[in-house]
Amino acid sequence: MRAEYGKLMMWFFLISDALTFSGFLTAYGLMRFKFESSWPIAENVFTHFPGIEGDQPLLYVALMTFILIMSSVTMVLAVNAGHEKKQGAVAWWMLATIVGGAIFLGSQAWEWYHFIQGDKGGIELADTRVVKVADADGKVLSFSQIIHGDAGHASNHGEEFAQSDVFAAFKAHPEWKLVEPGKGGAVYEHAEAMSLLERGASTVQGANMYRNEYGNKLFANFFFFITGFHGFHVFSGVVFNFILFYNVLLGTYERRGTYGMVEKIGLYWHFVDLVWVFVFTFFYLV
Amino acid sequence: MGAHAQPSGTGWIWKIFWLLLAITAVEVVLGIVKPEFMLVQLAGTSLLNLVFIGLTLVKAAYIVMYFMHLKYEETFLQWTIYLPVLILIPYLTFILIVEGAQIYAA
Repeated sequence: MRAEYGKLMMWFFLISDALTFSGFLTAYGLMRFKFESSWPIAENVFTHFPGIEGDQPLLYVALMTFILIMSSVTMVLAVNAGHEKKQGAVAWWMLATIVGGAIFLGSQAWEWYHFIQGDKGGIELADTRVVKVADADGKVLSFSQIIHGDAGHASNHGEEFAQSDVFAAFKAHPEWKLVEPGKGGAVYEHAEAMSLLERGASTVQGANMYRNEYGNKLFANFFFFITGFHGFHVFSGVVFNFILFYNVLLGTYERRGTYGMVEKIGLYWHFVDLVWVFVFTFFYLV
Repeated sequence: MGAHAQPSGTGWIWKIFWLLLAITAVEVVLGIVKPEFMLVQLAGTSLLNLVFIGLTLVKAAYIVMYFMHLKYEETFLQWTIYLPVLILIPYLTFILIVEGAQIYAA
């Protein structure tokens, strides 16, 4: 078949990995459409951008996408330089790829930190559904805005709020209501909302595997699992790239007479970028 | 059959880069603006979502064909890789959409 053995095996591995990720993402889609009214809308969840106050949907994840595409480009340039047997150029492009991968991992850690820490806060009802406090116009209020009024921030910024304070502030504002976070979610006007709160409810700030302030629990579980699994791929890729970089410096591939290994690891690295393109679409856009 | 000649130099790499960047930029702008006319319901979802999925598939095709070099591999190898993925993933998606509609209706 005139294809190198190692490259062929890498492709077969990537096919199986592609099927694994497609299983995760289709399962995500299935659950999302089953629980549409309680499923958080991504642009209301991932709203942070470093150094900018207020809601900035999509910007940060767009930056992460750009970083990963860029590191894919430097990888192609490394493979290209390998074909021309330019040891120095391969080393520099590999280094750039490693830096790109490391920045992406750091960005993901930042995103996870803010997701876990929480944004606006939510209220878990007795039937385990999570609802948000909204003003008369239906705009969702953060706990910070509920307690501090106009001096509050659109995000809680990690400030912990006592449940009794939040409920008391809600009671004092008859124009406020409770809304479900998903598409076509229920809206409870003040009187009905008060009876729901009296039936037993608790405030939730932040997210973990058991409960989260954004809405349906499964959303956080899928988020941690899919972006975590992808992040682990990126981490492995950075390790592979580093080993590659080290061997380029040692002249291993110069002695071997071929930079075929750069090409094989390159395939893996592009695949990681490819998966992110789909995660970006199905987690953040659709 | 036979390996196809790949372009030389690095110009083609940057061309693909700008293309991928442009598509991503269009997706982000559409995601933020959400134009009214694209929110019409179509095939069980909105036109906007279909556009997102279409653009994603275009990006994926460029990454696989050019960055992963598949366009310049042996024709036989190309199909060995394309066929399992292009049959199994749409099949899985189809099954889950059909089953999902059943679960949702129940």
